[in-house]
Amino acid sequence: MPEVVVPIGPHHPALKEPVNFRVIADGEKIVRLELDLSYNHRGIEKAAEQRNFIRVLPLLERVCGICSHSHATVFAKGIEEIMGIAIPPRAQYIRTIIAELERMHSHLLWLGIAAHEIGFNTLFMWTWRDREAVQDTLEEMSGNRVHYGMNEIGGVRCDLTPAQVGAALLRLPNLEERIKKYMDILNSEDTLLIRFRGVGRMSKEEALKYGAVGPTARASGVDYDVRRDDPYLAYAEIPWNVITDTRGDVYGRTRVRIGELRESLQIVRYCLENIPGGPIRIDAPKNAPKGEILSRYEAPRGEVAHYIRTNGTDKVERVDIRSPTLANWTSVAMCLVNQNLADIPVIVAAIDPCLSCTCRMVVVNQKDSTNGTDRTNVGIAPDPGDRRNRGRP
Amino acid sequence: MTDPLFILFYIFIFPGFFFLFGYALFLSYLDRKIAARMQQRVGPPFFQPLADLIKMLGKEVINPDGVDWRVFDAIPVVALAAVMTAFLYVPVIGASPLAFQGDLVVVLYLMALPTIALFLLGWLSRNIFSAIGGVRAVTQLFIYEVPFFLALLTPAIMAGSWSISAIVLWQQHNLWLVFLQPIGFIVALVGLQAKLERTPFDIPEAETEIVAGPWTELTGRRLALMHLTTEISLVVGSALIAALFLGGPLLPWTLSPPWLNPAAGFCLFLLKTLAVLLVLSSITVATGRLRIDQLNVIGWKYLASAALVQVGIVLVINYLWVTP
Repeated sequence: MPEVVVPIGPHHPALKEPVNFRVIADGEKIVRLELDLSYNHRGIEKAAEQRNFIRVLPLLERVCGICSHSHATVFAKGIEEIMGIAIPPRAQYIRTIIAELERMHSHLLWLGIAAHEIGFNTLFMWTWRDREAVQDTLEEMSGNRVHYGMNEIGGVRCDLTPAQVGAALLRLPNLEERIKKYMDILNSEDTLLIRFRGVGRMSKEEALKYGAVGPTARASGVDYDVRRDDPYLAYAEIPWNVITDTRGDVYGRTRVRIGELRESLQIVRYCLENIPGGPIRIDAPKNAPKGEILSRYEAPRGEVAHYIRTNGTDKVERVDIRSPTLANWTSVAMCLVNQNLADIPVIVAAIDPCLSCTCRMVVVNQKDSTNGTDRTNVGIAPDPGDRRNRGRP
Repeated sequence: MTDPLFILFYIFIFPGFFFLFGYALFLSYLDRKIAARMQQRVGPPFFQPLADLIKMLGKEVINPDGVDWRVFDAIPVVALAAVMTAFLYVPVIGASPLAFQGDLVVVLYLMALPTIALFLLGWLSRNIFSAIGGVRAVTQLFIYEVPFFLALLTPAIMAGSWSISAIVLWQQHNLWLVFLQPIGFIVALVGLQAKLERTPFDIPEAETEIVAGPWTELTGRRLALMHLTTEISLVVGSALIAALFLGGPLLPWTLSPPWLNPAAGFCLFLLKTLAVLLVLSSITVATGRLRIDQLNVIGWKYLASAALVQVGIVLVINYLWVTP
């Protein structure tokens, strides 16, 4: 067959979010790939500048539907550091528990998606059923399944009762068994093995060169995890291991994620059993002093970084979000060349892409030099809490 | 048996088109239900396949730009007619009244037509996903068809007849061929799974890669008829395997009131096709999708060799025992 252009996205069954790959294929082999990101401009960074610290946390939580806790925590952590306050240990532990539960539900979700991409729907259904146990725990603790809203500047919103801790601990043994089962399936199921092994391989050097983060990098042997290398929350006190793999292919990434599921479960169990008493928040000052900080956090998909600049008011002057998916895109474009057309979905899925986190920028049209600096031009509703908008319907 | 009214009844009512239509929808329901229960889901209600069919038949038919709509309309009908005709030669309540020497070859030919139809649909759709799907469908055809044909021809060699009904009769007097040709049976099951384009062989319609492959541009009654074709292929395929390897609808002895024989035969037919369906559903649930290059390796290296080995074994057995 001659070279054909296969348009994958922005509307495609394999991609639930808008991104466009123009795949130039020779028969079933991929020759070249053109990546087109940024179909959505959500204006979250600009909107964050308009809200005070109490109002901005729910907004930042909505950067992503999966790692919602990550974005809120990394921001709260940064602001607290600028303010120079330390949150109580019980709040640290509660944040850690929610963070690791979130990692578990994210990785279980990912495992299902990866299986679905190769047409293995049974594993998809099973993992999503088991994910419900994690979601139920999160709902019991926070009242919500997706946007938990647990963070406040200076602590967490609600406490864990002994009954909630007991119920969460009761769910863990079954989950542990299921995670073990998934590792068995991964190592014994032939169709999984032949579709995952050697697909989308990336060496350690390439991972470093293209700036891959998270499980994608750790599967290529990059031994890096913010939780260990720049400890925050309660991670320094908890015994746990960074999972790495040397294979660098989709199989390795799956192994890393299932390993992280196991570790997350142990962290949750340790935190639930050893949660210290005391208050869950302290009164934080209204304003933050002038300063800037790069707050880092290991989200389920990799390192998320918030650059925050404050100017002595109760609002941030600038917040810049670098999500893990943005760091991983270049490695995908590299991995896909010379692979099979049929492997596109699974290689793309292997970095666990989250485009709602990533596409938050405006492309400046250089011809008529319009840009997105005017908020109303890019469709952001005025903040009803803003003093200037008071009295409007 | 040669009463023309009986032949008409056989073709159109039972076990011909009317029964075939109902049974195909029932098997489709069972297939979906079994898969759902294995995946810890609830599954569809009983009438869902019929409801789906009626709904799709009533939907608007959309012609892609620059496509000859007459051909587009005709292809699903031809595919459906082919598989429905194929069913007439497969024994259901006893030997088929339309049986003749060589009907096995006719059935195999008719069952290959839906795949060709899919290729044509994909090629005519003027859509890149359909075209890739169509090319994949026909590539896959070249891979699984050879082992599948070889596996289904071994019963004919052993029974010394090219008629399916004659092969069933031979099994009535001797032994089920699944015991004599276990390798051929397995190859035939895998080949049937590939022919029906079910996981792990759903490469031509791989949803996450090429949307729906050749099905992408099908709408309304065209889509309904192609779905019905696939469902009927499932009945014909499982009935064919039940007849060639599992002894078909004949008991090894005759029952005392003569009318009991077709009734028992029909029950056997149901039991055996359901057993084949259970195996096919389990394969679907337990596997992921292969890649076309991986299928190429598996098909030619392992399946074709296994089928050839089976042919060799059958020839040796024939030489030693069956032929005097």
